[in-house]
Amino acid sequence: MGLILFYVKKLFTVLKNEVLVLPSRVVVIIFFIFLLLLPLLTEDPYILRIFTLTSIFAILAASWDLLSGFTGQMNFGHALFFGVGAYGAALLNKHGGIPPWGSIPLGALGAVLSGLIIGIPCLRLRGTYLALTTLAFPIILMGIVFALPDLTGGELGISGIARLAVSRVNSYYIATVLMLGLCTIMWKITDSNTGIIFHAIREDELAVRSAGINTTRYKLLAFSLSGFFAGISGGLYAHFMRIAGPSTLEVSMSFTVVIWAIFGGIVTIYGPVGAVFVLFPLLEFLRFWQELRTLMFAVVVLLILLYMPDGLFRWLRDKTEKECPRCKIRNIATRETCRVCTAPLD
Amino acid sequence: MGLILNIIISGLISGSVYALLAIGFSLIFGVARIVNIAHTAFYMVAAYCIYFATHKMGFHPIGGMVAAVVLVTLLGMICYKIFINPIREHEGAVLIATIALAMALQEIMVLKFTGTYLSVPSLVKGYLIILGVKVFYQQLLTFCMALLVMAVLLVLLMRTKLGLAIRSTAQDREMANLMGINEARVAMMTMGISVGLAAFTGAVVVPLTILEPHMWMGPLIMMMAVVILGGLGSIKGSFLGAYILGFAEALVVFLAPMGAFLKGSVALSIMILVLLIRPEGLFGVSFEEER
Repeated sequence: MGLILFYVKKLFTVLKNEVLVLPSRVVVIIFFIFLLLLPLLTEDPYILRIFTLTSIFAILAASWDLLSGFTGQMNFGHALFFGVGAYGAALLNKHGGIPPWGSIPLGALGAVLSGLIIGIPCLRLRGTYLALTTLAFPIILMGIVFALPDLTGGELGISGIARLAVSRVNSYYIATVLMLGLCTIMWKITDSNTGIIFHAIREDELAVRSAGINTTRYKLLAFSLSGFFAGISGGLYAHFMRIAGPSTLEVSMSFTVVIWAIFGGIVTIYGPVGAVFVLFPLLEFLRFWQELRTLMFAVVVLLILLYMPDGLFRWLRDKTEKECPRCKIRNIATRETCRVCTAPLD
Repeated sequence: MGLILNIIISGLISGSVYALLAIGFSLIFGVARIVNIAHTAFYMVAAYCIYFATHKMGFHPIGGMVAAVVLVTLLGMICYKIFINPIREHEGAVLIATIALAMALQEIMVLKFTGTYLSVPSLVKGYLIILGVKVFYQQLLTFCMALLVMAVLLVLLMRTKLGLAIRSTAQDREMANLMGINEARVAMMTMGISVGLAAFTGAVVVPLTILEPHMWMGPLIMMMAVVILGGLGSIKGSFLGAYILGFAEALVVFLAPMGAFLKGSVALSIMILVLLIRPEGLFGVSFEEER
């Protein structure tokens, strides 16, 4: 009993002293609670559907950030992982009869494999070369998909896949909880030792190598981790939409991921996730002007970038929080002195 | 025999188109380090301009072509000034700004002309029969015009003061600035030339293809493959790479089963194979490391 009380007390202390002092952390907590409680507020299948898809794409955008944001390996072909995950899950489910809980991770493993395969030629390339080369891979795969219509369904894709879950609310919870869990894992990865090495590879690969770190191994690790998460999102998408078509491999898919991630602010994980939760419902909301939809989407992205070239969420965070010059701990912007070391904030 | 000729003609045409596009893309990358995804969107806009000028306003096709090239060049420079110049220091932001720009242009064209397939009559009618294969005059014209424009561009780059400024800015931006070259103006001019090339390509190729708002995607991919294959920033490389990939595509289309689906895959696989052996492309220019 005493132990439980101790932990409850500790939880409150952490909540009071670590979470409630920073607006960004409060927002994250509210975000978690909102997503988990949304089905209690509304049972509207349309809204649940939008949020399920948003969650699925949030995993995808965050996985792009894990690879391209953190290690700086600009990947313009992220649709490859998504498509391999979707097609893998669909094929395993349709022809192998494996239920979603098995086919999605196996499809994601297929995406890991594809990540390793494209990682090997890409390891020698850097910057723009890498970006433009990776763009080629989903298109190569798309050509193969079209050339094998018996297996892949060609232009129509594979339809008639098992549902993700029986009811919409269940599907919603599967996608949302997985999104929250996987994004937390990604955030933890980037916060760990490995994540620091990823950061360092982006900043100066030569220096990392001269520190005795096998950068090749870490870059391949980044490729396969990112491929795994993107593959899971692809599998979820296939099972939720009940179709895996060539649209998952399209160039516009790769571009959209890049737009989401950079719009929210790269090298953050929370940025891309937030960006998807802003942009995807926005795109749905704009359906009232069906013909103007994509145009307005593009204009919003262009205008926001003009004023916040570092991304929306980084800009917001910089406006609401200040870093203490002495102890590097973040403080709310209204404070005069640091909340830990009481050094004056400028 | 006829098959071989068909392959040669198709390879030469698509090779020239890719070469024109890739050289423009390569120029602006070299000078301003901008990966301009919207490059082929301008090509699409130019094609629509010609359609509009000839069908809706009754211009002569040549007048339409000139108007299209001039207007699209201006449009490109204005877009550069408004959207790209203010964020040039942020590499990622420039990247998605150009993607968003391409999407916006595409959507404007959908709004204006709807998404239906359109076509433009060729500049010169008729054809000539070589070894039993129909060769349209328009195809010959496209090929010759492409070569001519590339020659003009080469003279511009190698023989004029502007060309010297462009080449030196591409080599070392800071040093060029110190030597009194107005780097911002050179970037602006290069953007104009680059978009002008894209517009011109659209103008010569439009009678040979179908006009639709998504027509920029296919050439975009091939153009990037060409640029990477030839080496970023190298005009010779872009030229050669364009014909290599153009012929590879033509060979696959005419010889392989399901060729039309696989043409992109094969061309891109060739690019990746070359990169495995030479990571900087065929004639890659090594840019100074920006560490």
